[in-house]
Amino acid sequence: MSEDIQAGLAEILEEVAGVAPADATPEKSFTEDLDVDSLSMVEIATEVENKFGVAIPDDELANIKTVGDAINYITANRG
Amino acid sequence: MSSTDDVVVTGLGATTPLGGDVTSTWEALLAGRSGVSRITDDWITEFPAQLVARLAEDPAEKIERVRARRLDRSQQVAVVAAEEAWRSSGAADAGVDPERIAVVFGTGIGGALTLLGQDDVLEEKGPKRVSPFTIPMLMPNGPAAAVGLAVGAKGGVHAPVSACASGAEAIRWGLDLIRFDRADVVLVGGAEACVHPLPMAGFAAMRAMSTRNDEPERASRPFDKGRDGFVLGEGAAALVLERGDAARARGATIHARLAGAGATADGYDLVAPHPEGEGAGRAISAALRDASLTPADIGHVNAHATSTPVGDTAEAAAIRGSLGEHVLVTATKSQTGHLLGAAGALESVFTILALRDQIVPATANLDDPDDDAAVQALDIVRREPRRAQLSAAVNDSFGFGGHNIALVFTTA
Repeated sequence: MSEDIQAGLAEILEEVAGVAPADATPEKSFTEDLDVDSLSMVEIATEVENKFGVAIPDDELANIKTVGDAINYITANRG
Repeated sequence: MSSTDDVVVTGLGATTPLGGDVTSTWEALLAGRSGVSRITDDWITEFPAQLVARLAEDPAEKIERVRARRLDRSQQVAVVAAEEAWRSSGAADAGVDPERIAVVFGTGIGGALTLLGQDDVLEEKGPKRVSPFTIPMLMPNGPAAAVGLAVGAKGGVHAPVSACASGAEAIRWGLDLIRFDRADVVLVGGAEACVHPLPMAGFAAMRAMSTRNDEPERASRPFDKGRDGFVLGEGAAALVLERGDAARARGATIHARLAGAGATADGYDLVAPHPEGEGAGRAISAALRDASLTPADIGHVNAHATSTPVGDTAEAAAIRGSLGEHVLVTATKSQTGHLLGAAGALESVFTILALRDQIVPATANLDDPDDDAAVQALDIVRREPRRAQLSAAVNDSFGFGGHNIALVFTTA
């Protein structure tokens, strides 16, 4: 369920970067809208792997620009 | 500007085992309270030295959560102390050009908790799980950098590392930055937070720590015959330095003048102090010359005195040889424990408050002064604080590596 993934991702964003859960909506850009820096993106990727069991390689991480991109990636790669 | 123009202290900050700020720490010190307790964690059972002086207040609770999780504890304490000093100085409202604000903040050990914690992650979970914030959290310039960011300093951020002299060395660098007109306002200090099994084991292996485990509050006993080592403490302290004329022009509260500084190296041994405190005494004499003062002018010394058998007697000889026997000496580590790279900064804060309040804190646990001739000759304040007329005071600090720093403060 992508709602579950969005909620889980919102939890990670709040913990790692202090993003209010209500702001973690699919159209938001991590860097432009949510002020998430590159080191925090690496930390988010680690937490995504912990929570969803989905590893995000660095070249894929570079293509993930928005919350929606992350939700789609997790959805497509979850076992 | 010439070195005779004055540099003044306009802000003070601290977070220590005695209190979460300067006022509570100073009150606890004068009241004779101890910050030392026995560690009860499971890992301590095999350790010969089990005592520690932990912070009275958790710094992470005073910093916004996301910001705090990206700062090592050594950076957190630095930020807490520095922000208190900065607020109290009023410098933020004085319209100082950020390019004329500098930071000098030392640490002895750096981000040890992050280094060791992330090594555990590496061993248990592999390299991909190591935090991307590992390096900025463990680097020894981390406290200085975090403080620089906190106050928006763009005039240079520096991080002297000289073991337990680091905090005092930062103050000396700050003095020079203002004298050489590199900056108008300098936020200086020291930070340490390394209560962890590895540093505890390393210091214990040197036989440097007290093993008086059953009497925590009586374990740190500088100059006492029964002293058997230091107690590891954590915390930070900070001072705001600026030119006297500028501070007076903006109506700032001036706590004291930083009148001079002296720095020497023992050239003797990597760890052991020179037995007669030769380098330490030279540092004190150099600081007096720098301040254009004589030994007779100095009324008080806040000693480095860590409660180790060899260190305290060497320092007593240095103080006696460079200043004489009239000075009122105190050793506040008897209550705070040894804050390593923060020690010189915290003890400078105490020295300044002693001048401000005209009172010398007592050396706790000094029941039976050492038979050493210099210890016997010095007037070491004990049992209770002593009122005195003070116009100038010295704080000295020494670090493994043979680093010696002496600072001279005078009344505002």
